[in-house]
Amino acid sequence: MSAAIEVRGLRRVFRGRNGLFGAERVVRAVDGIGFSLAAGDVLGIVGESGCGKSTLGRVIMGLLPPSEGEVLVDGKRLDTLDRRARARLIQPVFQDPFSSLNPRQTIEQIVGLPLAAQGDVSGRQRRERVMEMLSRVGLSPEMAQRLPAQLSGGQRQRVAIARALVLRPRIVVCDEPTSALDVSVQAQILNLLAELRHELGLTYLFISHNLAVVEHIATEVAVMYLGRFVEQAPVDDLFRTPRHPYTRALLASVLTPEPGRGIPDVGLGEAYPDPANIPPGCRFHPRCPIAEARCRTESPEGRRPNGRLVECLLVGDDVAADSLRVPA
Amino acid sequence: MSLRHIAFGLGVLIVGVVLVAGVLAPYIAPHDPFAQDLMQRMIPPEWMDGGSALHPFGTDQLGRDYLSRLLYGARISLLIGTLAVVTSGLIGITLGILGGYFGGRVDDVVMFAITCRLSIPLILVALTVVAFVGSSLTVVVLTLGLLLWDRFAVVARTTTMQVRTLDYIAAAQAAGASRLHILSREVLPNILSHLVVVATLEMALAILLEAALSFLGLGVPPPLPSWGLMIAEGKDYMFFSPWVIMIPGIALFVLVLGINLLGDGLRDMLGAGRRP
Amino acid sequence: MNAVLEVANLRVAFANGTQAVRGVSLKVERGETHCLVGESGCGKSVSSLAVMNLLARGATRSADVLRFHDTDLMKLSERHMAALRGDKLAMIFQEPMTSLNPAYTIGSQMAEALTRHRRVSRAKALDRAAELLGRVGITAPGMRLAQYPHQLSGGLRQRVMIAMALMCDPELLIADEPTTALDVTVQAQILRLLQSLQRELGLALLLITHDLGIVARMAQRVSVMYAGEVVESASAEALFAQPTHPYTRGLLACIPIPGASRRDEPLGSIPGVVPRIGPDFQGCGFRDRCAHAAPICAQVAPLQHAAPGHDYLCRLPPDWSAAEAA
Repeated sequence: MSAAIEVRGLRRVFRGRNGLFGAERVVRAVDGIGFSLAAGDVLGIVGESGCGKSTLGRVIMGLLPPSEGEVLVDGKRLDTLDRRARARLIQPVFQDPFSSLNPRQTIEQIVGLPLAAQGDVSGRQRRERVMEMLSRVGLSPEMAQRLPAQLSGGQRQRVAIARALVLRPRIVVCDEPTSALDVSVQAQILNLLAELRHELGLTYLFISHNLAVVEHIATEVAVMYLGRFVEQAPVDDLFRTPRHPYTRALLASVLTPEPGRGIPDVGLGEAYPDPANIPPGCRFHPRCPIAEARCRTESPEGRRPNGRLVECLLVGDDVAADSLRVPA
Repeated sequence: MSLRHIAFGLGVLIVGVVLVAGVLAPYIAPHDPFAQDLMQRMIPPEWMDGGSALHPFGTDQLGRDYLSRLLYGARISLLIGTLAVVTSGLIGITLGILGGYFGGRVDDVVMFAITCRLSIPLILVALTVVAFVGSSLTVVVLTLGLLLWDRFAVVARTTTMQVRTLDYIAAAQAAGASRLHILSREVLPNILSHLVVVATLEMALAILLEAALSFLGLGVPPPLPSWGLMIAEGKDYMFFSPWVIMIPGIALFVLVLGINLLGDGLRDMLGAGRRP
Repeated sequence: MNAVLEVANLRVAFANGTQAVRGVSLKVERGETHCLVGESGCGKSVSSLAVMNLLARGATRSADVLRFHDTDLMKLSERHMAALRGDKLAMIFQEPMTSLNPAYTIGSQMAEALTRHRRVSRAKALDRAAELLGRVGITAPGMRLAQYPHQLSGGLRQRVMIAMALMCDPELLIADEPTTALDVTVQAQILRLLQSLQRELGLALLLITHDLGIVARMAQRVSVMYAGEVVESASAEALFAQPTHPYTRGLLACIPIPGASRRDEPLGSIPGVVPRIGPDFQGCGFRDRCAHAAPICAQVAPLQHAAPGHDYLCRLPPDWSAAEAA
């Protein structure tokens, strides 16, 4: 099966200065990422703040030009397409439904924007398709003439989803789509995204810091740390047999509602990752509970023990041996 | 009813009254503002000794009815204020949005233009322009319009930079919208509330500058009844007949105060309720 | 023994008539963690601000009992309340950056937290600050004291806030979403820290959160808030083993649990939105979103006991099941 989306050697560097005469700061926000995803799959991208996951999403959508690398959707390079053709292939859903909707436009205008931008859809057709999309995301027709301020957070996020889907894109990049929402609303939005994916055959990139949410919706998970995927695997494999020490720490820190289990010791040090100052060798070694001397100099980039991407020098082909090495 | 509401109401009232007076001047003015009557020179206002009901605000040194000139003068002030704001707004908002949205080189150019504009001595430039092309209403409007855009540009630029980072701009980009659409439909409506406030400030400034220019003889040419010109023409008589400069002076003060109160009120109203 | 904090029938109304808190009662004992859990707008933060007398202007509070040890907080003057705040009654907030003054070093802010309430020298206060920074797991505390808030990461700032709250040996610590702005790994570290400090110092901790995972792992007692009321109150074990109020059950069904919730099935969800509660509101605040609402719910939601120490605010019997109620 051919890939719905393929990303090759993607990098994005930001250059800045601390003050007028300060040293130049080079932030390698996305530092060599490649993956491909089959149609209908959901790639969950998890990582902590500052790991570059949002920048990755923006570079993939073409909202930020990459410093290096390319993105192909259905085999077409996105950077060679005009804005209309690109919009038909890939669409975003953002985190904060309060800032992702223009407060001065009606819901109908907001959802109709991608159609209007195509330029070849008549006003009547546009209205019909907007209305159909609104009912599909569970909003009543009277919502069309309202302004975003008159809607609740969950309703706004439904509007954002309707806007993303009105062109029937191949790929939807969801950047923390439920993080700003209350738990009960989060569940509604997750259910809606799952339902629409099955109905419309969508492929999602699902960026989130919430592992429980990713586990629920993703088919494939990539763990991002300082600009790179340090581990990538099908969701069940990753959650059942996490191999990278960072993945293990992340999984350990998920607080499931089970009383009596206490707060886990994630075993990570106090060192905070700084994308402007990526350590040599393995980029995770300053926080790694099992780091050895060679982790400081030798780079684990591109390692695939057992065929699974795990960028750790200490993970071998023997899965059983890993679980002895790292106390879970 | 707080003090703020009262201030805003006062601003609306003042600007409204001046606006109505200006628009209806031909119908409500008791006399022709240009008609001279050398027999009726320097008649004091009605409430002073020697005043007459025929000329409620008295007459000037050429015997023209002061109230009529004041009413027609309101037209000049408002006309110049409005046209200067429209011109400068078009220039400043365009530059500011372009600089704020595109950043980088474009922004450098816009910032340089703003810096240059701030380094221009307003009165001297106006003087030079008038010396070359002569004074007329059009020249005053264009001079003020071409010089007063800096605050529009600064405010449009910074607010655009804030709006630009919001996700609905990114969503519009991802939707394939054109730049023109993004700037005019996504950015502009969301910075407009700030610009309305700037517009009131600039209008007040333009009206004051027009008065100053006219006072210096560089503004609207006589015999047009501008308030600044009235003060200028009255200055020779101010020691014996102080009302000749006090009446247009107070009118000017009240109008500018009203516009500023209106602007403050608009800022409070538009500032709140923009984001719930 | 007396509770450290005792609140009975706390009510807060805003100037626009909204009843933000409607009769909240709770007790926090020494060495106990009491979690106040609920979604945004349920009144959990307003309740804590009301206890601290830090409500925004225009908001009014009333209570039958609002006692810190034996001190009646309702009768305390603002001057005495200010003396108590940051001393025996400390509070930490969600975003440490807004509670730290960017213009002063960590050291001077921490020292001031002590010298404001106690007659100690600045040098002594700085010593204590360094000691506490070490205690909250910050390496090289001497260096950190000389730094400014913006030089620290979010996790470090929250540790500093905790250390600062401990400067005067408080007996009650109110923590309002202390880890919501932090990454999950840092969150676990901070919560571990709070837990161990609490055990060592015998602190009473009132922890306000929206995260049921945190509640399960931290709390001894839990109060679930909805629309300004505590709709269910129980020990943590009882609450998670036998959630009784329909809202509590609904909330628990909403969260995906790795390994436990089925991926191919939709999550449970609660339809609708939180109602605005005006002065004349009567009956159960949850009835519009509840699948088991009956006409009686528009009049009254009775307080019932599911077990000793397990109360809930609903007409349904303690052992109701979804099938029967439908």
